[in-house]
Amino acid sequence: MNTTVASVKDLQTLIVVGNGMVGHHCVEQLIAAGALEGYRIHVFGEEGQRAYDRVHLSEYFGGRDAESLALSDASLYEQPGLTLHLGVPVLEIDRARREVITAKGAFGFDKLVLATGSYPFVPPIEGAEGHSRLVYRTLDDLDTIRAAAANAKRGVVVGGGLLGLEAANALKSLGLEAHVVEFAPRLMPVQLDDLGGAALKARIEALGVGVHLSRATQSISAGEEMRYRMNFAGDEFLETDLIVFSAGIRPQDALARQCELELGPRGGVAIDEHCRTNDADIFAIGECAAWNGSIFGLVAPGYQMARSVAAQLCDLDAEPFFGADMSTKLKLLGVDVGSIGDAHGALTGARSYRYIDEATSTYRRLVVSADGKQVLGAVLVGDNSYYDTLLQYAQNGIKLPADPSSLILPQSEGAPTLGADALPATATICSCHNVSKASICSAIDGGCTDLAGLKACTKAATGCGGCSALLKSVFEHELIARGVAVDKSLCEHFAFTRQELYAFARVENIESFEQMLALHGKGHVGCDICKPVVGSILASCWNKPIMDPSLVPLQDTNDTFMANMQKNGTYSVVPRIPAGEITPDGLIAIGAVAKKYDLYTKITGGQRIDLFGAQLHELPDIWAELIAAGFETGHAYGKSTRTVKSCVGSTWCRYGVQDSVQMAMTIEDRYKGLRSPHKLKFAVSGCTRECAEAQSKDIGVIATENGWNLYVCGNGGMRPRHAELFATDLDDATLIRYIDRVLMFYIRTADKLQRTSVWRESLEGGLDYLKAVVIDDSLGLAAELEEQMQLVVDRYECEWANALKSPEKLKRFRTFVNDKSADPDIHFVKERSQRRPARANELNLIPVAETVR
Amino acid sequence: MSQANALMNNTAQTHAWRAVCTREDLVLNSGVVALVGTTQVALFCVASTSGASRLFAVDNRDPVSGVNVIGRGLIGSLAGDLVIASPLYKQHYRLEDGTCLEDAALHLRTWPVRTVGDVVEIDVS
Repeated sequence: MNTTVASVKDLQTLIVVGNGMVGHHCVEQLIAAGALEGYRIHVFGEEGQRAYDRVHLSEYFGGRDAESLALSDASLYEQPGLTLHLGVPVLEIDRARREVITAKGAFGFDKLVLATGSYPFVPPIEGAEGHSRLVYRTLDDLDTIRAAAANAKRGVVVGGGLLGLEAANALKSLGLEAHVVEFAPRLMPVQLDDLGGAALKARIEALGVGVHLSRATQSISAGEEMRYRMNFAGDEFLETDLIVFSAGIRPQDALARQCELELGPRGGVAIDEHCRTNDADIFAIGECAAWNGSIFGLVAPGYQMARSVAAQLCDLDAEPFFGADMSTKLKLLGVDVGSIGDAHGALTGARSYRYIDEATSTYRRLVVSADGKQVLGAVLVGDNSYYDTLLQYAQNGIKLPADPSSLILPQSEGAPTLGADALPATATICSCHNVSKASICSAIDGGCTDLAGLKACTKAATGCGGCSALLKSVFEHELIARGVAVDKSLCEHFAFTRQELYAFARVENIESFEQMLALHGKGHVGCDICKPVVGSILASCWNKPIMDPSLVPLQDTNDTFMANMQKNGTYSVVPRIPAGEITPDGLIAIGAVAKKYDLYTKITGGQRIDLFGAQLHELPDIWAELIAAGFETGHAYGKSTRTVKSCVGSTWCRYGVQDSVQMAMTIEDRYKGLRSPHKLKFAVSGCTRECAEAQSKDIGVIATENGWNLYVCGNGGMRPRHAELFATDLDDATLIRYIDRVLMFYIRTADKLQRTSVWRESLEGGLDYLKAVVIDDSLGLAAELEEQMQLVVDRYECEWANALKSPEKLKRFRTFVNDKSADPDIHFVKERSQRRPARANELNLIPVAETVR
Repeated sequence: MSQANALMNNTAQTHAWRAVCTREDLVLNSGVVALVGTTQVALFCVASTSGASRLFAVDNRDPVSGVNVIGRGLIGSLAGDLVIASPLYKQHYRLEDGTCLEDAALHLRTWPVRTVGDVVEIDVS
């Protein structure tokens, strides 16, 4: 058919050893380059899991599981011609026979790619074994650490580098008192200078992590108060329950040694600029490879090598590898750390500008060339907002401003930014995927008109994500440059976004749709887009009864009739059952109502009971009976607080550590009736076993021994997203305060019909920004948000109870205004002892008196 | 009334006005439903800029779902036309003549409607 496609017997066999981030990236690039037309590919992974995101490993303790850390869908490896062997280490390479030997047998190869990564270096210390000799590298390592942390109080990390601090963060999120022991006189000796290291130390100590510098562990013995005692020089010691070694990595080059490939002077498989070893058919990429004697322990250079090898194997133009920029931007234990280029000012004639703020432990250093024209390097501790601009200066040789110190001095307007237009076309925007400004521009010229599409087609900002903000600014700048106006109008009546209308309502005290339309809109009617949006905004702000005459015409049908319309025009009714706790009498009352009105009854996922099949005119009677039995409306019809799910907690459960039911009731009682851009679901679990599934909710609360951990912005549904750990060990009052602030900030800034999960992903600055706003009150909004929430809480009333008091409001609940009969076209049939809507093909089986038109 | 109609039979148009409800039964800027024989008629009362309100009578049956729900839809204005959005699948129908904005094949029957004193009448001729 196509002459370039090799027939099966012509296929060569390509083996990739290692399924870490770099090995995986290589496979992805190979597939993209069409390698499956020329190769049968076998991938061998030593670990049991498919390639996962090692950069975000510590999130494994923050609630993410192995699958959510995975770098691809399992289906990627299910294509014909590609076989993934997990848990199958390669034991030997037989270069003479062109075979790799595994426990599953020998596999022949034509080409071989080594992507075996690295392993943690554990210095030979007497007494280091078992839980005093843990490492932090793989998911299995993390499971071991988790097991060791049970019943432990204190954990020590040996090594104050990047990975050591990540490991300390992991120990901290396991609830341990974490300590870091570093041999060098400062933290992160490779990336930081002395002053930067000191600022980082101060910040980390403020977080409750012990930092011990210039300490060499000489031996480990049994402890007196804890399991182990670490003995340092000079009779100093530190007791601990577990020890994690993170004292650097070593290239995993055992296979290369065994098959006698050439090695680098300090280990690693020696490669040339084409990532080729001294055996022309064998390549090495990532942390197992040594180019020019150096190992590159970051993901971006590994990806660069992977791309180069994939291109060569597919006979495409390959970019040679001539070393990599080791600049890096990190958040360690929540502290911003950045290091660019020649951070130590080691080059001849280099001069430095330094900014030191001892009050907040912030440090910035700018290293410039002798002629003062170019940025050579930089160190940042405490605020990475300066990073992107400095990196662009350094990487693209952009000429420095007359006063270079302005690049690191605090500005009232925040960090100086280099406008997207100032970047040359060759500027690298995304270094993980090597996407230049030029390729972004050509994607836009190729018809890419939204950010999501741009990310999908260029892969920019899909690696570490660090360039997201820059990408967005380049994208918007380029759109504007092309004369494309980004229309953010809500609908033809309002040339504003939901957020802008919300601000108008607040600032101008707008309380009706008519006012909003007259002041900021067009026409005098509105439409089915803007009316519910404005209705929801007014309810979020002022919480007036939605059945007020001026508000009724704004609501969607479900809000208007305070019930959920089903496919046959009948409604379902959901009484509120706070926290899912219900008395036998309550159950009987609901059962009696369901029986009397012949309602189909089903338990919902939110621990409530849904009653289906009520006609419009039956709703007031049904609710009168439910309210008489002590129930309130469950707002199942609204874009509003739905349920707070809970487990039984410490009251009954032998594992529970807090009263989750009481907390769930407190939360449900507080936020019931809160209208928001989309529905809100909550859950409270009484212990870390998480039976209430709080991590799949907009607001999730999980009990700890010391209080509550708060998770935010999760959801189930079409695109599930785990909630993220937001704050830990909160007392009751702080928990409620934070929830108040998060929700009101969401209501204030979210787009219409935007769930908290999507909102959170669209927040520039992400979770850290949200934490800054809510926890640190960086915008000075906290008190205002709380007040606004309190107003909504104070004005709560059950909408159904309110409606039942007013004959005028009840007028609407008539199927026909001139006739008491029910809708003759609604038909039910029985199924599993309950009734359900009849299907079209069942209608002629029903004896009916009236004609169906 | 029937006599009057009989007399007008030879003129261009024949009307058969039929009382369906009172003004009291209507809800401003929203809909209600009246049963006229076996036909369900959705009545909408839309406030206009002059302060007076306009009445519309359209079929209550949603042609997409075959369910009687149009009277519970949301009134809007799109490109100058007053429309009703079906509450189930959100198609828009012009209140004036019942045409569907999204699908020319869909259509709601409409009736002339007027008020005589307090009584709302539609023309069922």
